[in-house]
Amino acid sequence: MKNDSSIAGLYSLDQTTQRLCPFFSSGISAGFPSPAEDHIDQKLDLNELLIRNPAATFFVRVAGESMIGCGIHHGDILVVDRSLQAAHGRIVVAILHGELTVKRLMCRADSWCLEAANPAYPAVVITEENGCEVWGVVTSVIHQFPGVL
Amino acid sequence: MKHVFALVDCNNFYVSCERLFRPALNGQPVLVLSNNDGCVIARSNEAKALGIPMGEPWFRVQAFARRHHVHVFSSNYALYGDLSARVMETLARLEPAMEIYSIDEAFLSLAGLDVEARRDYAAAIRARVRQYVGIPVSIGIGSTKTLAKIAGNIAKKQACHDGVFELTDTAQIDSILEKTEVGDVWGIGRRSAETLRRRGITRALALKQADETWVRKLLTVTGARVVKELNGVSCLSLDKAPPARKSIVTSRTFGQAVTALADLREAVITYVSRAAVKLREQGLETNALHLFLTSGDSALSRFSRGRVVLLAPATSSTPRLIAAAMELLPSLYQSGCRYQKAGVMFTGLVPRGYRQQSLFAPVVAENRALMGALDTINRKWGQETIQYGMTTMEKSWAMRQSHRSQAYTTNWHELPVVKAN
Repeated sequence: MKNDSSIAGLYSLDQTTQRLCPFFSSGISAGFPSPAEDHIDQKLDLNELLIRNPAATFFVRVAGESMIGCGIHHGDILVVDRSLQAAHGRIVVAILHGELTVKRLMCRADSWCLEAANPAYPAVVITEENGCEVWGVVTSVIHQFPGVL
Repeated sequence: MKHVFALVDCNNFYVSCERLFRPALNGQPVLVLSNNDGCVIARSNEAKALGIPMGEPWFRVQAFARRHHVHVFSSNYALYGDLSARVMETLARLEPAMEIYSIDEAFLSLAGLDVEARRDYAAAIRARVRQYVGIPVSIGIGSTKTLAKIAGNIAKKQACHDGVFELTDTAQIDSILEKTEVGDVWGIGRRSAETLRRRGITRALALKQADETWVRKLLTVTGARVVKELNGVSCLSLDKAPPARKSIVTSRTFGQAVTALADLREAVITYVSRAAVKLREQGLETNALHLFLTSGDSALSRFSRGRVVLLAPATSSTPRLIAAAMELLPSLYQSGCRYQKAGVMFTGLVPRGYRQQSLFAPVVAENRALMGALDTINRKWGQETIQYGMTTMEKSWAMRQSHRSQAYTTNWHELPVVKAN
C-alpha cells in the first residue's frame, strides 16, 4: 500500500444536497464538532465547511497570476465573506480604481496597503482619495484541476 | 405595549444590485429596464438628476441616455432575487420580528426601545446590511406602518438624516403630513387620491383630520384604516405568521416523468391558474413568481432548479402570471431531462390595494371584473371550465434582454471576475 503523506484524509462527498449554491435561506452551523460534544456523525457537506455566513458569502473567479505565491491561480474560485473583519495579513477582494481585485491586506507603519503576492507588483496604499476599499475577506480558494470534471 | 415600526427600504434597489459587482458605476447615471427592455423601472440618483422619468418607455430615452453616457441594464431577476434574499436574511437575523413586504422592503418591530436606542439600532441595521450584502438602505420609524413608510421616504430623499428618520413626535408628524401629497400615502391608490382631491383633500394632514366614517363610506374600510394609521392607531400588525402564509405554493409530482417542453408548459399554466385563484380568494397580490422543476429518476440523482421573476406592480391577474411563468420556463428546461415535479410559488404577498406607490411601468389594466367572472364560473362548473389558451403566450418566449448583466450570484459560469495582475 502506498504511503503518500500528502493525502490527509479521504472523505465521501454528499451529492444529494439540494441547495443551489450560493442561494441560502437558512443558517448553517459553524465550526467543527469537538470530541467532547455529543454529536451525530452526519454526511459531510462542503457548504458547512466553507461557508459560515451565507447571506454575506459570495463566489468570485480569479483572472491573472499575481497571487500565485498565495496559492491562488488564474481561473480559481474564491470564497469571499463580507462579514469578516479585514485584518493584517488577510487576503481580500478590494476595490481598486473601480475594479474588483484580489490582494493581501497589510498594515505598514500607520497605513493600510494592498499587496500582491509577487514583489514585482507595487503595493497600493489605501487612502480616502484613491477610493480603495475592502470588498470582502477571502476565506478559501477552490482550485479545480482541468479536464477532470 | 406601544407599537413602533421600522420600514427598511433598499435605496434604488436594482441599481444598487448592479453596482455591487461594478463599483465603477458608483456616482454614475444608471438605468434598469423592465421585461423586454420596455421601460425604465429603476434609476440611480444621477439618472434622476438628468431628468429621466420613471416608467418612461426605453425607445424614448435611448438617444438621450447615449448622449449623457448613462449606463443601461436589462432587469436581472436572478441577481435581484438573490440579493434581496440576502438582505432579508440579514435583517431576520438581527430582528426576528420582521415581515418581508416586497423585494426591497421589510417592516421590523422596534417596540420596547427608547428614541435614542431606536436611532442607534437603526444605524446599526443600516451598517450591517451595507457591510454584509453591499446594499444601502434607508430606515423610516413610526408608530404605525403607514407613518413608518412616510418616514422612510424622508430618510431616503433627504441626505441630512444619514438614512434614518423617525416620525413619532406629534407636532412634527402634522407638519410633515401637511407637506405630503395624499396620493403618496401608502394605501391610497391613484383612484382614491383622485376621489379625495375632488372633495378638497389634497394633503395627508387633511386626510388624517377627516371624519373616519365619512372616509369609510367614500373609500371603504381600506381608506378608513389609512386614516386610523395616520392618527397613530396601528391597524396593520407585523405579520408574524409562519412562512407558509407568506407564500402560496401549488406543485404536483407527475404520475409519469415528463420530458417534453409542451407538456411542462401545460402543467405550469395549470398550476399558475390554481395558485392565482388562491391568491384572489385571500384578497392578495404577489410581487414575485418562483418556478421550480425537479428532475431525476431516483433519490440520488434528484435535482431541483428554480428561478424567480419579479412582478411590478404586484398582481393577481392570471394572464400576467402565466406570461411571467412562461418567460422563466425555457431557461429552466433542459431537453433530455426527465421531470418528476413542477411547482409555482408566489412570494412577496401584499393585500390587494396596498401597492408600492412608485410607478414601475405604465399601469396594466388589471381586469378585476374578468377575474371575478372567471372565478365564479370555475367555482360553479368545476376547476378548469375556463382555461387560458396557449396561443397568446407563444410570443412571450423570447424576452428581449440586450443589456442584462451577469447572473453574478446564481450561475457558476457568470461569477464576478476579480483581477490578479
